[in-house]
Amino acid sequence: MKILAIDSSGLVASVAITEDDVLLGEYTIDYKKTHSQTLLPMLDELKRMLEMDMDSIDAIAVAAGPGSFTGLRIGSATAKGLGLALHKPLIAVPTVDGLAMNLWGCRTDICPLMDARRNQTYTGIYRFDEDCRLFVVEPQCAVDIMDIIAKINANNQEVTFLGDGVPVFRETIEREVKVPFVFAPAGINRQRASALALLGAQYYAEGRTVSAEDFRPDYLRLSQAERERLEKEKTC
Amino acid sequence: MDREIKILAIESSCDETAAAVVVNGRDVRSNIISTQIPLHTLYGGVVPEIASRKHVERINQVIEEALKEAGETLEQMDAIAVTYGPGLVGPLLVGVAEAKAIAFAKDLPLIGVHHIEGHISANYIENKELKPPFLCLVVSGGHTHLVRVTDYGKYEILGRTVDDAAGEAFDKVARAIGLGYPGGPKVEKAALEGDAYAIDLPKAKVGDSAYDFSFSGLKSAVLNYINGAQMKGEEINANDIAASFQRVVVEVLTEHAMLAVDEFGCNAFAIAGGVASNGALREAMKKACEKKGVPFYHPSPILCTDNAAMIGAAGYYEFVAGRRDGWDLNAVPNLRLGDR
Repeated sequence: MKILAIDSSGLVASVAITEDDVLLGEYTIDYKKTHSQTLLPMLDELKRMLEMDMDSIDAIAVAAGPGSFTGLRIGSATAKGLGLALHKPLIAVPTVDGLAMNLWGCRTDICPLMDARRNQTYTGIYRFDEDCRLFVVEPQCAVDIMDIIAKINANNQEVTFLGDGVPVFRETIEREVKVPFVFAPAGINRQRASALALLGAQYYAEGRTVSAEDFRPDYLRLSQAERERLEKEKTC
Repeated sequence: MDREIKILAIESSCDETAAAVVVNGRDVRSNIISTQIPLHTLYGGVVPEIASRKHVERINQVIEEALKEAGETLEQMDAIAVTYGPGLVGPLLVGVAEAKAIAFAKDLPLIGVHHIEGHISANYIENKELKPPFLCLVVSGGHTHLVRVTDYGKYEILGRTVDDAAGEAFDKVARAIGLGYPGGPKVEKAALEGDAYAIDLPKAKVGDSAYDFSFSGLKSAVLNYINGAQMKGEEINANDIAASFQRVVVEVLTEHAMLAVDEFGCNAFAIAGGVASNGALREAMKKACEKKGVPFYHPSPILCTDNAAMIGAAGYYEFVAGRRDGWDLNAVPNLRLGDR
């Protein structure tokens, strides 16, 4: 089973191709260029290096949100276009779950943090069970950083933080978190398409795929205009 | 051309998700448009984030429909053309990413198309005899350009709006007199019932260029008139306002156009863009062109609105000129006509 995985949910752009338990290739960059300029050239490079026929892919795993709205859409439209052209299904992997997979087998709780601006974070709490399967303690959500810290303190478990929210919230974490904690190191502390592919393969085996036509990202947030309209309706 | 060149074209620069199959630039085999207008009406105008999200939801279905209606498959396409600017960056990015992925997966050439070139090229579809050089007036919600089309894919901008686009002025006036969004068709309808000379409105003169436009002052004059009437407790006649406003816009556009005809001479004059489906503008331009003995062209309303058939038409001439884009093609929201 060959899976193409795409993650452009944050600052990182990452593309990977896995076949069963082998990572054939992965290309990850964290650079200021837009995903629109980097994502497909990276996939093209992988394809050429691997002398790969795109038709040999079984499914396309994509970071399905939350994340940067624009980043999610570039990844989504890329995956949908590939799915349409290749007649392959998509696998929608929740972005924060995908981030947690970076720390496969970790013995502490895992708390990915993505910077969601306005002091908010896209986050969740995860744990690997006895069989090293990802267990979701707290499903991905968009919350104030203090809310997730309160949950971590209440759980009273050692925790590992990762994600592009770490540099943003580091001081708050160091001040407010009352349980032992560490920060994951470079290489495994940002979005990586191979981690996404791991979870994607599991979903695929469970039959959890979606057609390219029906796939849409889950932003976890309404647009500003919709929020304001709902607020207005509430106060009326 | 010995064989048929088939292009799948995609357009998502604003609030229409569109795909089309066009053969040899002029033969439209399908032209699917999924409009979001009802969605944005709630907000009185296009909300970029909502538009972007809707494009993602609809785009595959629209493309599949375009292929199905044309009786074609991707395997039969020679190239993928996509609007990459100007427009709203979020919506543009959806079409660009989708088009790139399809072209990449199928190993097809990719052609980024300028949205305004698309509008101009819409005229080729129904007027097989129309060939450059000609003059073209592009008027829509986002653009007002007076252009010399010197050859396929070659444009010289004579004038442009220095503030609001003509269609934008229609939208703003429509809102002010309570007609709502989108303003163009609503103002046109109201104008039919009004007196076009009831209200004295100014025609703005723009400093340097005889061909540049300004519609912001006209819009302000309408708003001032409404405020003044309300202060005096007078009832306003929305139909008269619509008719007077539309008359001035049409006169300004037509006068500029005829000035260009006099200075540059031309074999033909075409109009394009959303406002080109305005009946009063068509009528006035047709009369003015007849007077000068210049053939006048305009696309059908369905080809005036944002659509992908026009992108397929423009894309074809780019294709035969040998232009190709790379996988790093990006959306360029402020792309200028003639820029690459």
